[in-house]
Amino acid sequence: MSRWLERFRPYLMVAPAIIVFVLFFIYPIGYMIYLSFHEWDFISPDKQFVGLDNFAGLSEHPEFLKSLENTFVFTFFSVGITTVLALLLALWINRPTRFYGFVQGAVFSPHIISLVSIAMLWMWLMDPQYGLLNWGLEMFGLPQSEWLASPETALYSIILVAIWKSIGFNTLIIIAGLQSIPPHLYEAAALDQSSRFTSFAKITFPMISPTLFFLIIMNLIGSFQVFETIDIMTQGGPLQSTNTLVYYIYEYGFRFFQLGYASSAGVILLIVLSILTVLYFFLMSRRVHYQ
Amino acid sequence: MKTSRFALKGLNVLGLLIVIAIFATPFVWMAVTSVKSLSETITFPPVWIPETIRFENFALAWDSGPFLRYFVNSLIVTLSILVLQLFTIVPAAYAFARYRFFADRVLFALTMITLMIPTQLIFLPVYLQFSSWGLLDTHLALILPFAANAFAIFMLRQTFKQVPEELLEAARLDQASEWKIMYMVMVPMAKPTIITLLLFSFITHWNDYFWPLVMTTTDASRTLPVGISALTNVEGGVAWHIMMAGNMILVVPILIIFFIAQRHIIRAFVYTGVK
Repeated sequence: MSRWLERFRPYLMVAPAIIVFVLFFIYPIGYMIYLSFHEWDFISPDKQFVGLDNFAGLSEHPEFLKSLENTFVFTFFSVGITTVLALLLALWINRPTRFYGFVQGAVFSPHIISLVSIAMLWMWLMDPQYGLLNWGLEMFGLPQSEWLASPETALYSIILVAIWKSIGFNTLIIIAGLQSIPPHLYEAAALDQSSRFTSFAKITFPMISPTLFFLIIMNLIGSFQVFETIDIMTQGGPLQSTNTLVYYIYEYGFRFFQLGYASSAGVILLIVLSILTVLYFFLMSRRVHYQ
Repeated sequence: MKTSRFALKGLNVLGLLIVIAIFATPFVWMAVTSVKSLSETITFPPVWIPETIRFENFALAWDSGPFLRYFVNSLIVTLSILVLQLFTIVPAAYAFARYRFFADRVLFALTMITLMIPTQLIFLPVYLQFSSWGLLDTHLALILPFAANAFAIFMLRQTFKQVPEELLEAARLDQASEWKIMYMVMVPMAKPTIITLLLFSFITHWNDYFWPLVMTTTDASRTLPVGISALTNVEGGVAWHIMMAGNMILVVPILIIFFIAQRHIIRAFVYTGVK
């Protein structure tokens, strides 16, 4: 009896967690792939098998293509700008004094605030008529902007909010990376009388490149899922200019009940995220740093 | 030489103050707006100091919907998730750290795959599942998918692996049961990690908007972020002062906790991010 229990104990221990994962993460992925080959409106009892028709339909659907394009533009600019600014900021504010600690706290603070509040706050700041941002632009003698109200600027306004929200987290992760560089490397560089730029290029950058790499992949994965700011600030508008992949899935699933369509868009997202994940593990196993 | 160094130092401080302003001004503006009158929100150039401080805006925001209900829902959902996670994560992490069993690699790989699946990917099929189980618009729909957490299992497993084997041997000699060893020896050793993970989980689920938005249809199970977001479409046009007052209710407690426990919170997020 007790030997039997001994053998099964580890299974018993992992069972609750594994059941949750299978039920709510693994199985749904399979179900979504299954649905992507079917046509279903949620109400009718039978799902009709349509092969790859949903995917073919998506490839000709201007709204879907627009949402894909927007997602890529959003990802490219938000991840690119966030990473560069966070790196510069981290090099600047990585000092142990109280004042620098306060600056780090201030920069980080948006990260723990609900995206709901951040989205509503920025809607207000970006109000074309009474918003603080236009007031600021006017003070500096710059032309005002329509922000979220114009299809030309709406997506970039959302990108601005994403950068503002995530830059602090990125900065602090890079600072943690900087602090884990062994000081003796810099001592050696000082003995060699190398310039600050050389020691950045030869020591700092190679040493934090795994951290940067981790951050970029995490940011890419995160920004492909952008939804909250879109839903609250623009609902994909004006004129589809801020419609993104997840918002498209949400609208086609929950507003138009085209579950086959929505599921195949989900499969596209799954493919993008899988590629990024595999890339991450592949490059991680090859090790990007030099020690 | 000396003056230029002095100027550089001044420039540096000025730069830092600008950085602080970029992140603090929006919150200050939220606070200022939340105590304005309607007419003070629709003037340009904007008013920085309202004529009278209107605390009644908070009451107006609070009374504009069943906010007590939302608050209680948020509390129920978040705390249930934390408690359930404690009971699923600790044994799983312990088993993965200390046992070699037939399917351990497969099950651990499954955990790692789950780690990479965002809720934005699975909400549609899970919604259909809950709908067929009749669980839509219930607290359970907001709790069950997060009853375990792959990331936390991974982190805790790393910590458990560092507990010296001698400590376990000693406990086994004392005839302590495996369950006792787990909760009386391992958990206290991993306390900082567990607190970090719980803090992280709390903030994530307290702030979550996406999942409750998708899974709820009535006020009976809606949480605070979803309730607050409804302030954007109040009858009679946009009322920025009420919207900001509502958001203050959501933001201020978190910011206060943040400034008290800043070091711990930053460590929680950075630590969970780096590893």
